[in-house]
Amino acid sequence: MNKTLKTIGAPSMEELRCSAAFPEKKDYQRGPIAIIECTEEIPCNPCETVCPKGAIKVGDPITNLPTIDFDLCSGCGICAAKCPGLAIYILDVNYTENEALIMFPFEYLPFPERGETVSLVNRLGDTVCPGRVESVLSSKSYDHTTLISVAFPKQYYEDVVSMKKLG
Amino acid sequence: MKKYEVVVVGAGPAGLSAAIECARAGAKVLVADENNKPGGQLFKQIHKFFGSKEHKAGVRGIYIGEQLLKETENLSIEVWLGSEVCGIDADKSVWIIKNKEESCCVKAERIIIASGATENSIAFEGWTLPGVMGAGAAQTMMNCYRVLPGKRVLMIGSGNVGVIVSYQLLQAGAEVVGIVEAASALGGYGVHTAKVRRAGVPFYTGYTVKRGIGEKYIEAAEIVKLDSDWKHIPGSEKILTADTICLAVGLTPLIELAWLAGCRFTYSAKLGGHIPVHNKYMETTVKGIYIAGDVSGIEEASTAMEEGRLAGISAAWSLGYYDDQEAEILIEEEWRKLNLLRCGQFGVNRKVSKDEILNKWEEMRNE
Amino acid sequence: MSRIKEHPILGNEIRRKKVTIYCDNREIKAYEGEMIAAALIANGIRTFRYTKRFDKPRGLYCGIGRCTDCVMTVNGIPNVRTCITPVEEGMVITTQEGLGCWERSGDNEKI
Repeated sequence: MNKTLKTIGAPSMEELRCSAAFPEKKDYQRGPIAIIECTEEIPCNPCETVCPKGAIKVGDPITNLPTIDFDLCSGCGICAAKCPGLAIYILDVNYTENEALIMFPFEYLPFPERGETVSLVNRLGDTVCPGRVESVLSSKSYDHTTLISVAFPKQYYEDVVSMKKLG
Repeated sequence: MKKYEVVVVGAGPAGLSAAIECARAGAKVLVADENNKPGGQLFKQIHKFFGSKEHKAGVRGIYIGEQLLKETENLSIEVWLGSEVCGIDADKSVWIIKNKEESCCVKAERIIIASGATENSIAFEGWTLPGVMGAGAAQTMMNCYRVLPGKRVLMIGSGNVGVIVSYQLLQAGAEVVGIVEAASALGGYGVHTAKVRRAGVPFYTGYTVKRGIGEKYIEAAEIVKLDSDWKHIPGSEKILTADTICLAVGLTPLIELAWLAGCRFTYSAKLGGHIPVHNKYMETTVKGIYIAGDVSGIEEASTAMEEGRLAGISAAWSLGYYDDQEAEILIEEEWRKLNLLRCGQFGVNRKVSKDEILNKWEEMRNE
Repeated sequence: MSRIKEHPILGNEIRRKKVTIYCDNREIKAYEGEMIAAALIANGIRTFRYTKRFDKPRGLYCGIGRCTDCVMTVNGIPNVRTCITPVEEGMVITTQEGLGCWERSGDNEKI
């Protein structure tokens, strides 16, 4: 298997597909779902405790890798805002006919404005495509982690994970 | 001479947690810390902590620090700041330079040493130039004092400190030109490396820093690839423009006071160096002297707080504030929480090393 | 090298109260209570002293008062650890040469 997490810092698609929580092709068709890119056994379980639907399970010990039941996940994004590792985003591949929508956690200033065009990046930080900001969501309970939603051409749904820092 | 039931050295996460447990049980406690502010390194931890709810997972270190200070205040714990503990005698006299002015001696029945750790260095040509600094120093500057230590930073070391500080440098508005890791695999949690990687920070795995370049301060850094014997590969050098080189190459426990107190030691490479041998109650080989946090082996703030509580409960128990049954329940609970943080692919090594130290204590007791 | 005015986690700078310090006769505005090293770096000063034997520049290194690389002469007292010494109004700081020397007597007068 092509493993890259421990050499270049970002996991390969193969590595991700081997982790229990990563969706299969059919799961993307359910509407917005949480994509959890957490492939190492670290002691951490906020994703499980904050999920209002009980869709994410870590269990005991807390170093278990998370699993997710896509039948229960509504793509609400609370886990994405709460994950201390910023390792979760929400993806809706059928946002419009040609566009997917990603909602990712973001902790850099300045924030983009709604409607603004931003550069979306892959796991290596390389620009993949432009995207249109649909919403910028801050909440006290997110504690300075902002959820940014961006629409982009759906063919890039497996590559896009975040946006280029502004400013 | 002033008398206290417990003197805690260090007001970081371990020391404050220990003091809180002692005071909660009813003991008269003094906490002394050489810094002007309590909290140790917690106030530069602006990221959300891992763990579970009971470890305050998902809460940023700065807020955990504030909670600890509040508990300390609510329990009216006496805290001497700007007060360096410079000696501990065998009879548990603690020598303190109070407020950087007055030398005084207090008598303790129990002592909890939570002196923390210091950052390691690596020497290379130009490493003494201004602009080369510990990653923790950069973190202190930006997160405690809101000063950006550099605009273009090269990070040496890919452990959690290296990647977390790199992320925080990006958040503070600096550019991180790369993270250099001598080993063939990155050290930090994958979620941290992925976070800085998608921000465009390159990792140089199998590289080391060869030279800091500059006359008066750092202007660039030369890195070089290493072969399997950790030797420089000629011709593989790269020059990276940077005004700052941060070193995140591990931590070493600050054990001087435990030495002075006569504690016995064992060496543990995985835990950062010479460690005072201690038992499951965090008591050292000197009766009545306890340790907690990084001084008992380099881990994280979450484990430091649990160890602090463990040491505090044990000290209070030995003073008679808990009966055996109460103490046992509390201590088992702390161990349950500690064990949760010491499992998985990253934690299990620490668990093994910690167990070795506990075994060593048994061995020494039987000598 | 610069002040962080806005920060995604720490929020905006809200400190207001400033003091004036002097570094090698240069007037510097510093926030009350911050460490000397922070104030100097924020104002672009990175070299704090020169070593005794080889006259090499040194600056901030550990930031927690352990390594003593950042020592300077402060109000006439040499070898003051600037990373853990807070600024005070009117403080006079000089780049230290070598081991430095005491510049004032007990009555706060320059000698």
